[in-house]
Amino acid sequence: MNNKTIFDKIWDRHVVQTVPGGPDVLYIDRHFIHEVTSPQAFAGLKKRGAGVFHPEKTIATADHNIPTVNQHLTIHEELSRIQVEKLKTNCRDYNIELYGLNHPYNGIVHVIGPEMGITQPGMTIVCGDSHTSTHGAFGSIAFGIGTSEVEMVLASQCLMQAKPKTMRINIDGELQKGVTSKDIILYIISQISTGGATGYFVEYAGKAIRNLSMEARMTICNMSIEMGARGGLISPDQVTFEYIRGREYAPSGERWEEQVEFWKTLPSDDGAEFDRELFFSAADIEPMITYGTNPGMGTGISGKIPLMEEVDNASRNSFLKSLQYMDFSPGDIMTGKKVDYVFMGSCTNGRIEDLRNFASFVKGKKKAEDVTVWIVPGSKQVEKQAEEEGIRQILELAGFEMRQPGCSACLAMNEDKIPEGKYAVSTSNRNFEGRQGPGSRTMLASPLTAAAAAITGRVTDPRTFL
Amino acid sequence: MPIEKFTTLISTCVPLPIENVDTDQIIPARFLKATTREGFGENLFRDWRYDKSGRPKDDFVLNANRYSGKILVTGKNFGSGSSREHAAWAIKDYGFSVVVSSFFADIFRNNSLNNGLLTVQVSETFLARLFEMTEADPSLKVKVDLENQKISVLPGGPEEGFEINPYKKNCLLNGYDDIDYLLSISDRIAEFEKSMK
Repeated sequence: MNNKTIFDKIWDRHVVQTVPGGPDVLYIDRHFIHEVTSPQAFAGLKKRGAGVFHPEKTIATADHNIPTVNQHLTIHEELSRIQVEKLKTNCRDYNIELYGLNHPYNGIVHVIGPEMGITQPGMTIVCGDSHTSTHGAFGSIAFGIGTSEVEMVLASQCLMQAKPKTMRINIDGELQKGVTSKDIILYIISQISTGGATGYFVEYAGKAIRNLSMEARMTICNMSIEMGARGGLISPDQVTFEYIRGREYAPSGERWEEQVEFWKTLPSDDGAEFDRELFFSAADIEPMITYGTNPGMGTGISGKIPLMEEVDNASRNSFLKSLQYMDFSPGDIMTGKKVDYVFMGSCTNGRIEDLRNFASFVKGKKKAEDVTVWIVPGSKQVEKQAEEEGIRQILELAGFEMRQPGCSACLAMNEDKIPEGKYAVSTSNRNFEGRQGPGSRTMLASPLTAAAAAITGRVTDPRTFL
Repeated sequence: MPIEKFTTLISTCVPLPIENVDTDQIIPARFLKATTREGFGENLFRDWRYDKSGRPKDDFVLNANRYSGKILVTGKNFGSGSSREHAAWAIKDYGFSVVVSSFFADIFRNNSLNNGLLTVQVSETFLARLFEMTEADPSLKVKVDLENQKISVLPGGPEEGFEINPYKKNCLLNGYDDIDYLLSISDRIAEFEKSMK
């Protein structure tokens, strides 16, 4: 009885039935959709003559493909405009709530779900986007799906899923000053590699995780997919409940008390067994930076790119290909490398706390002249709050400007593209070849490290300023 | 709606011996603006396949006349990154029916199987051997037999079994699709909802 993981508890109560010898039919509580991965799903529904089973359990936003300047004007890129329009028509035709462009609740899907209180502990949550794992920070099972699966959820509120294995990653101890949750997750991925958790659903635990705010927990869960995990989650606690309380979709009155009682039953039991368990010490973690073309190719900022002999024989070709793309060499020191662009935003680090961190670092300093900096809030509400807290003013005094919300240069589907050959320090989640624009070179880091680069124009250890 | 059935395939291979090929390489985000499933094959591996002006790069395997076929053989951890199903659509649309690797990312594998694109996971040793043999002789034929879950180099070359979930195997062999299955149990789902309160 008392040996279940939080993952098992949530999964098991959502199994409608198990196909003999096959996957589980998993019931989905909340479904988010956006303009890029949903049109083909709606087209499929139409072709089948099927309807949307529970329109009230799906919430839509436009984020991937929208401009981050002049959002009040018509989107001038035709294909992007068509996608955003298509989302509008589909939502209207099927009676789905849409927080579209210019809506006060518009924003990146994984920022608005939590900030509106839609994301709650114990839920199953999916979206046609791999960073859906973000919502796991609330103690929910949340994962990314493909478009055929989006169609399944629209049609039946269910998915066919094989139950993944479970892994617990413990981060014990206290973080050093200047080290953030982004550094924790980049550190974990650098230790276990970009495929290190494939086939697993990860629970993050330990004192260093417990001490984090909800925003910081979301950053960690967000990047679970970057080590291949199906998703990542954190058991809910008082920090979680306080975050949810009073938000638009949060339960209230008696229902609130009932829900909190239920949420308190979710954390993994003391005797819970995991298929794999890993332990790291928070004290070993430095501010991190990536040097290659997958998120596992990262090092502590005072470190060096590995030498050839430190890389597995079988992986050397891919390692070299990656360094060639970055125009770096084995053994290079990371600090001092030239930075042309800084991207501050995304579903990984586009929340209010991230903007606060960035702003508190640059306050009273000046942006380096030859660096272009894009600061993109994760949602309209984050933008509004940044305004109210005086963050915009601090940024402007330091020579920065804040753009309008969206996914922006994280995947460069809109006009926000890092030019070919240029180096960007980015608070986003992927440093793949061309991810931020054809030929762009990305180094992933925390908002503090991004702020340090924005001030100095170089890869800089933020601790030297603290 | 049925998906394309898969039983047995005999074909030459196209080798792409690179590890951690992510879905941004398979199909870059800027090509995700279409609202239909067709036509993504044109931009499969776009930035490896074409230069800035759109001219094919000679050194990329899809542009090498030596190689052709319906089996793509790739390095480990293929399809990591984004959940975009467009990656599976692009590979299928280009003309591949099977992807062979020693390790696949989860979402990519699901997306592929949902589109009748078979992912065959083999051992590191078998993969290394397959790269070697294909590079030495691009006319080499490989047989992928789903019913018996076996991949073999013809004639009489190395062979290996592969795993696939029995439900998914049945779907591919018969061209069934998950949505038809889910729609067929809608009463059961409604009952489940009542029990959840």
